[in-house]
Amino acid sequence: MSIDIAVIDYGMGNLRSVSKAIEHVAPGCRVVVTGDPREVAAAARVVFPGQGAMPDCMREMEARGLRRALLDAARDKPFLGICIGLQMLFDHSEEGDTPGLGLLPGRVRRFPAERMTGADGSKLKVPHMGWNEVEQVPHVLWSGIPDRSRFYFVHSYYPEPADEALVAGWSRYPFRFACAAARGNVFAVQFHPEKSHDAGLRLLANFVAWAPSA
Amino acid sequence: MGLAKRIIPCLDVTAGRVVKGVNFVELKDAGDPVEIARRYDEQGADELTFLDITASSDDRDLILGIIEAVAAQVFIPLTVGGGVRAVEDVRRLLNAGADKVSINTSAVQNPQLVADASGRYGSQCIVVAVDAKRVPGDGPLRWEVYTHGGRRATGLDAVEWGRRMQALGAGEILLTSMDRDGTRIGFDLELTRAFSSALDIPVIASGGVGNLDHLADGVIIGHADAVLAASIFHYGEYTVRQAKQHMAQRGIEVRL
Repeated sequence: MSIDIAVIDYGMGNLRSVSKAIEHVAPGCRVVVTGDPREVAAAARVVFPGQGAMPDCMREMEARGLRRALLDAARDKPFLGICIGLQMLFDHSEEGDTPGLGLLPGRVRRFPAERMTGADGSKLKVPHMGWNEVEQVPHVLWSGIPDRSRFYFVHSYYPEPADEALVAGWSRYPFRFACAAARGNVFAVQFHPEKSHDAGLRLLANFVAWAPSA
Repeated sequence: MGLAKRIIPCLDVTAGRVVKGVNFVELKDAGDPVEIARRYDEQGADELTFLDITASSDDRDLILGIIEAVAAQVFIPLTVGGGVRAVEDVRRLLNAGADKVSINTSAVQNPQLVADASGRYGSQCIVVAVDAKRVPGDGPLRWEVYTHGGRRATGLDAVEWGRRMQALGAGEILLTSMDRDGTRIGFDLELTRAFSSALDIPVIASGGVGNLDHLADGVIIGHADAVLAASIFHYGEYTVRQAKQHMAQRGIEVRL
């Protein structure tokens, strides 16, 4: 039986939320949570989530022999990175000075303590946790989602793409940072669409229906 | 515009049922956690917290089925606390669909649990619940940590304890004033503020909410990042949406 959507499992926490949300928006699809490179290769679409610390995520991903399968999938399949799954696509993360997959040029940086002050002088907490607005850069995956809709974030590091053309969405905390990146068949978000209510479910539904032109 | 302050309804669950007089109109089953969670979700709750107060260990696993059922239908963050004693408990709750796990008494008995759980699953999913009570007397304000549902004093200074939990990897603090819990006279704003200024991680204020101004005060005066309440929502006095509208009127950024 063919796999419509593979949710990559490399042993780093809770994938149930992601798979449940996709099943919710794509009731007819076969969604498989898997750490098997062959199943990833057999899937029509790939979702690459992640939580926890990036050094652990990279190590566990490598330990399951998933690098090749991920890079192959990101070459031509609709590919959605979520949270650490976005961060791992870049060249490098400050978290534990960790090299990423290098699929997208850029770095992942920690919210710098000295800049975490709000407009009213209040201290801004890290992790950046809660619902924040996303300023969209036009992309088909935002279809039907009002610009500046709020999505649920929880992270202490954020991506800094080397090329602004990769940015598919911006958020502010307190400075503007890229919270979505896109190139070809790859789309990746720092927030959690699976926990972002209607806007998040719509994004996942758009991904399930997405037919990127190579 | 930026990050919204969160409103978090809290559901006390025992043996698979929500307790406290839930008073939603047209609710088919007043104690059904899934239906109540859906109702709060429709009202615009930013997260939900489930507190498992099940006394009998035989019934402990019922919470897992509840979380699974809620997580299949409600797509906002879910926190579960109560009776978390080991990393294995954290794992089972996360696998059932919890996004965060709250650790209270066990953090005092075994602080290493906080370090182990956050090391394994990330600090983003580890909440440490602190039950704090004012230490009477003159001099600077102080609070002491209590455990076992507020019955047992620990001798620990609450703010110091919060700092230690942050250092061990807690991603968030759920701060309950034992002096205010159940009083409906508002949060202990000095406690909330003491934590929020001492810590770099988000602080959820809890204990004492009786009206919507109390929620707003928690943010404006207490500097809370999120506010948690149970009875004002359970008894149908206010909806989450009304609470958000009120907070917005007082100039607080919320998700409407």
